[in-house]
Amino acid sequence: MSPRTLFEKVWDAHVVRPATVDTPAVLYVDLHLIHEVTSPQAFTVLRERGLRVRRPARTFATMDHSTPTTPRGADGTIPVTDALAAAQIRSLEESCREFGIRLYPLGSDEQGIVHVIGPERGLTQPGMTIVCGDSHTSTHGAFGALAFGIGTSEVGHVLASQCLLQQKPRTLAIEVDGALRPGVTAKDVILGVIARIGIGGGTGHVMEYRGSAIRALSMEERMTVCNMSIEAGARAGMVAPDDATLAYVAGRPHAPQGAEWDKAVALWKQLPGDEGASFDRLERFDASTLEPMITYGTNPGMGIPITGAVPDPAGNASLEKALRYMGLRPGQRLLGQAVDVVFIGSCTNSRLSDLRQAAGVIRGRKVAPGVRVLVVPGSQPVKKQAEAEGLDRVFKDAGAEWREAGCSMCIAMNGDQLAPGQYAVSTSNRNFEGRQGAGGRTFLASPLTSAAAAVTGRITDARELLS
Amino acid sequence: MEPIRAFTSRTVVLPIENVDTDQIIPARFLKVTSKAGLGEKLFADWRYDASGRPKADFVLNRPEAKGAAVLVAGDNFGCGSSREHAPWALQDYGFRAIVSTSVADIFRNNALKNGLLPVVVERTVHEKLLATPGAEVRVDLESETLTLSDGTAARFSIDPFARYCLLNGVDELAFLLSQGEAIAAYEAKAS
Repeated sequence: MSPRTLFEKVWDAHVVRPATVDTPAVLYVDLHLIHEVTSPQAFTVLRERGLRVRRPARTFATMDHSTPTTPRGADGTIPVTDALAAAQIRSLEESCREFGIRLYPLGSDEQGIVHVIGPERGLTQPGMTIVCGDSHTSTHGAFGALAFGIGTSEVGHVLASQCLLQQKPRTLAIEVDGALRPGVTAKDVILGVIARIGIGGGTGHVMEYRGSAIRALSMEERMTVCNMSIEAGARAGMVAPDDATLAYVAGRPHAPQGAEWDKAVALWKQLPGDEGASFDRLERFDASTLEPMITYGTNPGMGIPITGAVPDPAGNASLEKALRYMGLRPGQRLLGQAVDVVFIGSCTNSRLSDLRQAAGVIRGRKVAPGVRVLVVPGSQPVKKQAEAEGLDRVFKDAGAEWREAGCSMCIAMNGDQLAPGQYAVSTSNRNFEGRQGAGGRTFLASPLTSAAAAVTGRITDARELLS
Repeated sequence: MEPIRAFTSRTVVLPIENVDTDQIIPARFLKVTSKAGLGEKLFADWRYDASGRPKADFVLNRPEAKGAAVLVAGDNFGCGSSREHAPWALQDYGFRAIVSTSVADIFRNNALKNGLLPVVVERTVHEKLLATPGAEVRVDLESETLTLSDGTAARFSIDPFARYCLLNGVDELAFLLSQGEAIAAYEAKAS
């Protein structure tokens, strides 16, 4: 057999029925993750057609998008005050009961953002196909899984058949070599990649992140990189599994154990791409030249180094519109730009290492006057671990809000949102117009950069504070 | 689903690139458990002001947009979130096709699942359409041809299986369920 890439190996292993002249391939789905926003209409279709869920044991649900993150009351509950969100949550609870699906509900010890808890529970494993009605499903590709977002119709398809019809995408290698300089993080790497290739640059492709700088990243850092693959338009993003991957997965609640573990590891070690396997496209990056990044515009590709200046639209209507929305001028340096809100959270950057980085900048300092800072851990286990390390006290002592777990201000569905015109520095993944609240204006950045803005009240190079 | 063959309609032109699904249907409208009422909220933050009144200068609010079923938009339409509420809102509003120079992957798949046609054409054709808002076009799924009012016939390409399903009113889920034997064989082998 000719040499195959990681993607080709995972694809080939999941073909139920190969593509024909008339039909796309039928691909098996190992793990189907569900949340409350994109599933109700899919369950309705199953009911209407008298269908059952084919593989409930491969299906796991949680609540994260519309759930409140208000610190729980004395009785330990987190009340859902939005009637529509409450109905959507009840709908998921009923559907999981009816169809026999394991649910990690609001208030449970395992609940959190779906792309945080999948890996945390050991559900996400190398070589799997993983889907969810959410575009940031690409996160799980950090484990060498083929993981991608699907729409609600396809959620129904997977529930009913455990399969999807798929056109085979092309492959794009992102080679990042060299060492990241101090203060430059995984978030800056992916923002740098998207700034170069554009938000449509990966369309039709699965990206594989390779090279010494990627190998040097921890699993949480690889998740940050893979998470934003969709922002480059890619179908999915993958990192080949290695010893770091095995060390992360080992011992987790749903990880294989004993003889099953040994068998799995032997298979997983065969997943990295073969010598000589070719990609449809290749982009090379030198990690040592990367700076901390920040976005200035209204899509994730509009990013510059933190020390940079807003570009001149030079007649480009898209850029002109973006600068108008953001209230910025061509040539303006972003350093020193005053902000109203800092959001540290989201499936991109809400894991323990992200919170540690943010705490490292905030420790011993106070939130700047007039700035609201929300720190939203990615899951209840992350929250508990952070509290065991005293990170919550660092944030609270500084005057930041320490919240319950959920998507929160990344998507602003639960009341955590910007008021019109407010500026936010955010560790999330999208700066589209109104994403964090109608009229809200978002600067995307790393946890370090966001924490620095929290204590100065302005866009700041965190490296100045870290010495 | 009703079979789709061909239809004629006037266009509405939205000359904006990278229209993301947060603009098409903002997240606060995703708390619904059905598909009803999404057309009202299509492009809500571009269409209505803070007090809910239609903005006079937004294309959908102009009188000539009424009844148009073809939206001509800039490159990379539908990027961002996978929310299928985006094609649902477009369809509920009355659109039957989106014409652009490129359409984002997840949006394209979602649109096809609902019979909303993603029509991708070359730049020269696209520029003609951008320059002639309100012009009548004919979208022919069978011949995969978009015919402009000046007679130009532009080819577009739809994934063959999706096209087959839409032309014949065939349901993709039914096809998947018909693969039960192959699925069972795969599961038996994999375990």
